[in-house]
Amino acid sequence: MVPEFLLHLKEIISEPWPWYVAGPLLAILMFLLLYLGHEFGISENFRIMCAADGAGEINEFFKFDWVSGGWNLMVALGAVFGGYLAAHYFVPDAGNIAHVSQATVASLNQMGFNVEDGKVPLVPYFYDWQYLFTWRGLLIIAGGGFLVGFGARYAGGCTSGHAISGLSALQLPSLIAVVGFFMGGLVMTWLIFPLIFPWIH
Amino acid sequence: MKMSRYILIGMLLGFTLYKSEAVSWFRIYEMFHFQNFHMFGIIGSAVVVGILLVQMIKMMELKTVEGNKIVIRDKNKTIPRYLIGGFIFGLGWALAGACPAPMFILLGAGYTVFVVYLLAAMTGTFVYGMLRKHIPH
Repeated sequence: MVPEFLLHLKEIISEPWPWYVAGPLLAILMFLLLYLGHEFGISENFRIMCAADGAGEINEFFKFDWVSGGWNLMVALGAVFGGYLAAHYFVPDAGNIAHVSQATVASLNQMGFNVEDGKVPLVPYFYDWQYLFTWRGLLIIAGGGFLVGFGARYAGGCTSGHAISGLSALQLPSLIAVVGFFMGGLVMTWLIFPLIFPWIH
Repeated sequence: MKMSRYILIGMLLGFTLYKSEAVSWFRIYEMFHFQNFHMFGIIGSAVVVGILLVQMIKMMELKTVEGNKIVIRDKNKTIPRYLIGGFIFGLGWALAGACPAPMFILLGAGYTVFVVYLLAAMTGTFVYGMLRKHIPH
């Protein structure tokens, strides 16, 4: 028999985590990595994977000892496992829901999403192979991935490297990068989404 | 190298971002619409606690597990690469609704189409590597 308190603990963990739990935990993860002698930065893995794939023969940017980045690949692998466990074994009673605000539900409906308050799924319908072969799906998954991969290396870091590690270390360049992240995100959300969502299927 | 500790750190990262809904396309959309405090709370509290921890490292001169001094390298003081690169990253972040960590987490959660995102992101990184000497930093 599983002890009662462990079942309770599982129930508590399964419920959505508030921001004031998630944020400090991210900072602690960053601290643990510093203690282990590394800097938190997930997007570096794309470069490590390119290097592991032999890109160093073509371009010197990828010519480095990628095995020394093995720890970072393991963090990424752990994130894959964590996502698997959280999504399949720690599901709250209501299911995997994104508890977005009513204002967001209204905006989403205006965009043609057809969602109900309190029932917005955690992930959108187009995270699916069947939508990859539509212009919208291809643009979001492949286009989004390309921009993230290009932009993260150009800026020298992503949300973990700049917004969390960099700002925590009071790095001014990271603040500039985060301003850039938000400018890009606002342009996409406010100017480009209204073009993509009604017209491309 | 002791790999299991990094896998555990990654798992906790995956749990944290999944259970706090930061992996949700809808949460990112909401954030860029300024319709909820949630995502700003996550990033903001991470930074506040992070600043305190980094200051603690500096004041107490903490050492790594291997006994070396903890050093956080200063980033190059320039503007274009952070602003332009950040802008391009932001476009992709809002479009895909997932930055690099959530991509790995969603892949694990069973959205296998993110293999395509991963390959696209590697392609983007590779193209950056090729263009690096020709674009402003």
